[in-house]
Amino acid sequence: MWYFSSPQIVHGEGALSHLGTLTGERACVVTDATLKRLGLLDQVLAALEPGGMQVLVIDSVEPDPSLKTVRAGAQQMLDFAPQWIVALGGGSVIDAAKGMWILYERPDIDAAAINPIETLGLRGKARFVAIPTTSGTGSEATWAIVLTDTDERRKLGLGSREAIPDFAIIDPALVAGLPARLRADTGLDALTHAVEGFTSTYASDFTDGLCLHAAKLVFANLPAAVAGDAAASEHMHNAATLAGLGFGNSMAALAHGMGHSLGGVFHVPHGRAVALFLPYTIEFCVRGGGTRYMELARALDLPAGDEEQAAAGLVKAIRDLERAVGQPLTLEEAGVSREQLEAELGLLVDNAMNDTQTIMATRIASDEELRELFRAAWEGRTVEI
Amino acid sequence: MTIPFPSDAWIKAMMVDLNESAAYLEAAKNWEGDFYFVVNPGGTLSEPVTLYMDLWHGKCRDAHAMDDPAALAPAFRLAGPVATWKKVMSKQLDPMQAMMTGQLKLTGNMAMVMKNVRAAKELVESCTRIPTDFPV
Repeated sequence: MWYFSSPQIVHGEGALSHLGTLTGERACVVTDATLKRLGLLDQVLAALEPGGMQVLVIDSVEPDPSLKTVRAGAQQMLDFAPQWIVALGGGSVIDAAKGMWILYERPDIDAAAINPIETLGLRGKARFVAIPTTSGTGSEATWAIVLTDTDERRKLGLGSREAIPDFAIIDPALVAGLPARLRADTGLDALTHAVEGFTSTYASDFTDGLCLHAAKLVFANLPAAVAGDAAASEHMHNAATLAGLGFGNSMAALAHGMGHSLGGVFHVPHGRAVALFLPYTIEFCVRGGGTRYMELARALDLPAGDEEQAAAGLVKAIRDLERAVGQPLTLEEAGVSREQLEAELGLLVDNAMNDTQTIMATRIASDEELRELFRAAWEGRTVEI
Repeated sequence: MTIPFPSDAWIKAMMVDLNESAAYLEAAKNWEGDFYFVVNPGGTLSEPVTLYMDLWHGKCRDAHAMDDPAALAPAFRLAGPVATWKKVMSKQLDPMQAMMTGQLKLTGNMAMVMKNVRAAKELVESCTRIPTDFPV
């Protein structure tokens, strides 16, 4: 028994205008200062105007949003009492807004305790619209929520199936001006979602097609999108949501567990971190059996004579793509020194070990194996454990 | 030799297994909190049975069947029908899926659970290693 959760998806040119159909007295828009400065917030406020709602803007969400930010935003929502929450931004903003929404509906809950096990009873006060302004997070199509415990220097993989947005608005105009570096970081996040969503232990017939097609779209379009091609950019925007739908219902895996850990300690951008680890985790998982790399590699027209060959082909294809869009392939290239790695290795391993995504992998890494994986990723060497 | 589930002998066998498990010690080193495992009737099991475990930083300090479940107030409680326990313990049902779909109901400090998911997984792994005779 399992579930497939999805928002109603509004996509394509002009999708933002759907906001004009929302009815109610008050809406709260959650975003960040950069999107406000770039004028994207103004576009959202203009699109909301036909509904005649009063609007509260919370524009204080930081990258890797903290539990504190979420609690503060929820208090603003409790004071304003919106019927709609509109999240405009990348994964940080959308995840923070989901957290605020939950605490607004359920002020009795601790943000760090948001979980997929208990019933929350959301939508008694408000419904939720997610509008991604990057092409990778997939948060607009998932119920996952990643928040940072700044005291523990740890990202928490939280979530509730009820936290799936009501609407996801996938408007290519909102990513037209996305900087190349952000396109590369977030696009590789989408690829990692697609690969891990397909190979997760929770993968199913309902998620396979989404993950496979998203992976194809990323390989076919990311370099052109990074170079500024509009059609490729729209395909990448769609791929991110497809991958979100896929992995959101089948879960991510070890690259996400390690990526969350790295981001919590060294603040490497999420997409860059998870994509950096993806090849190493493929090399690790294929040695444990039970993987589906042949099926994935075949779909991508890569060599797939057996699982090992397929895994090697995937690793090469992913690294080639990473190189093509200027991404780091090792922790050293990502700016982490050997001394920093060794000093923080204990915390990195602890946090990765207890990340909710780590346990979804086909092969569960031990403490010592995680140490080896982090070290291999720093040196850029093949994983042979 | 199999051990009847649920029973005092079974939970004591699990205590031994946990305390011998390097993986559990590693995964649960930050875990603090005792448990009630509540096994609801099914098959030849006609009454609910409550098993107690005191789990502390990767070790099990105490384990026994409860004659009077009201006698203690553990930090966590995991409850479900014996048929569901059997599916989880025989690896036919993923424990996280069982909890996320309400087939097993977990209550307690959920922040502790969300920060120590690996400990929960290793705990269930231990269950699967006990040679068990189920009443269903």
